[in-house]
Amino acid sequence: MTDFVQLLPLAVLGAVLGLDVVSFPQAMISRPLVAATAAATLLGDPARGLLVGATLEMFALETLPFGASRYPEWGSAAVVGGGLFAMHGDGSPGALTIAVLAGLVCAWIGGWSMVQLRKLNARFARARHDAVASGSKRVVEGLQVFGLTADLVRGGALTAIILALFTPMQTWVLGAWGSDPRVSRAVVVGVAASVAGGAVWKVVHAAPAARWLLLGGIGVGLALLAAQ
Amino acid sequence: MKDQVEIPVRTRLAMFVRLLAIQGAWNYETLLGNGIGFCVEPALRLLPGGQEGPAYRAALARQSQYFNAHPYMASVAVGALARAELDGEAPARIDRFRTALCGPLGSVGDQLVWAAWLPACSLAALAAFGFGVGTGGVIFVFLGIYNAGHIALRAWGLSAGLDHGMRVASALGGPVLRRGPRHLAQAAALIGGIALPLALDQVIGPGRALFGIVLGAVALGGFVLARLHGRAEGWKIAIGLLALFVLYSVVR
Repeated sequence: MTDFVQLLPLAVLGAVLGLDVVSFPQAMISRPLVAATAAATLLGDPARGLLVGATLEMFALETLPFGASRYPEWGSAAVVGGGLFAMHGDGSPGALTIAVLAGLVCAWIGGWSMVQLRKLNARFARARHDAVASGSKRVVEGLQVFGLTADLVRGGALTAIILALFTPMQTWVLGAWGSDPRVSRAVVVGVAASVAGGAVWKVVHAAPAARWLLLGGIGVGLALLAAQ
Repeated sequence: MKDQVEIPVRTRLAMFVRLLAIQGAWNYETLLGNGIGFCVEPALRLLPGGQEGPAYRAALARQSQYFNAHPYMASVAVGALARAELDGEAPARIDRFRTALCGPLGSVGDQLVWAAWLPACSLAALAAFGFGVGTGGVIFVFLGIYNAGHIALRAWGLSAGLDHGMRVASALGGPVLRRGPRHLAQAAALIGGIALPLALDQVIGPGRALFGIVLGAVALGGFVLARLHGRAEGWKIAIGLLALFVLYSVVR
C-alpha cells in the first residue's frame, strides 16, 4: 500500500513542476535532471534522483515543445521516476528500468492531460468571450488564474495517480525480477542513449559542420573514458 | 513629435512578472491571446481615463484576442503593443501590427530557445554529470546557464518592445537572433558528442562490463532513430521496448 505521507509531498512537487512545463514560470525546473533529483531529495537520496534524472533527460532531449504540438510532460513524469527509484535504495536490479518506464508512461499521459487542459481553457474562455471583448480586467485575469490553478491540479493529480499505481506494481515486479543486474542496467541505458543520440542529430544536423563537431565530440568523450 | 508616456519601473516590473505566467490560459482557440492582454494590462492603466476608462477597456479587449508567439519572445510583443497603445496609435494599425508580429516571434523563438538553447544547456548539464560533478553542481550548471539566457531574453524583449514600439522589427534583426541558433547548434553538437559517452558511463553502473556492446547498440539505435526523423518518436518506442524487457525479466 502506497504510504500517503510519502505520496503527498511528491504529488505537491509534481503539481509545481507540472506547472513549470508550460504555465509558470517555464524556468525548466521541470526538466528531468532537476525534477527527478528534487523528488529523490524529498525521500533523502538525491544521488539516485540525479541518476534517473540523467536517464530521463536523454529521452527529453527529443522533445521540442513547439507551440500547439502535443509533447510529453516531463515535470510530473520525472517526479514519478525520481520518487520510485529513491523508494528502492536497496540496489534492486530492475529498479531503474521500472522507474524510467513509469516516468515515460507518466510523460505520455501528461501530454494527453495537457491537451485536455487546453480544451478546458478554451471552453472556459469561450463562455466569457463577451466579457473579454468588453475589456473586463476581472475576466482577463480570472482566465489566467483559472488556467494556472487547473494546471497545478492536473500535475498534482497525475503524479499522485501514477505513483499510487506504480508503487505497488514496482514492489511486485522487483520481487519477481529475474534478469541479470548488468543486463538490466545496460538495456535501459542503451535505449536512453540511443534516443538521445537520435535527438542530438535531429537538433544539430542542419548546422554547418555539425556532423564533424558531433563525431569529434564523441571521439573526445570516448578518449576521456579510455584515459580514466 | 508627441512626448512618449513614461512607464514607471513598478509597471515594467509588474509586466515582467506577469510575462512568467503568459501561457497560464493557453488554449487552442485564442492561444496566447489572453496572456498578452494579461501582461499588457499594467501599462494600459496609464491610458487617459485610467483603469476601467473607455480607452483602457478598448485596449485590453484588443490585446486579449488571438495571438501566437514563442512564450519568451512574446515579451517583445507585450512591450511593443503596450507602447503602441500608450502612443495612441490607431486601433486598426495596432491590429495589423499585432498580426504581423505573430510569425517572426514564433519562429525566431522556437529556433533560438527550443531547438538550440535548451538542448545545448541540457547537454552541458549531462556533460557535467558525465564528468562526475555532484548533484548540486549539475543542477546549478543547467538552471544557472539556462535561466541566465531565459531571463535575459525576456527582459531584453520587454525593454526592446517598450523602447521601439511599432518599429521593433529593427531590434529583431540583431546578430544574436539571426546567427545565434546556428552557433548554438554547433556548440550542442560538440558538447553532445562529449556528453553522451560520459553520461552513459555514469549511469551504466553494474552494466559497465557490457559497455562495448551497449555502445555499439547505441550507435545503431541512434542511427536508426535519426533516419526515422519525423516518422517515429524514440521515447514512445522506448516504452514498448522497456515494457517488453520488464515482462521478460518477470516471466523468465
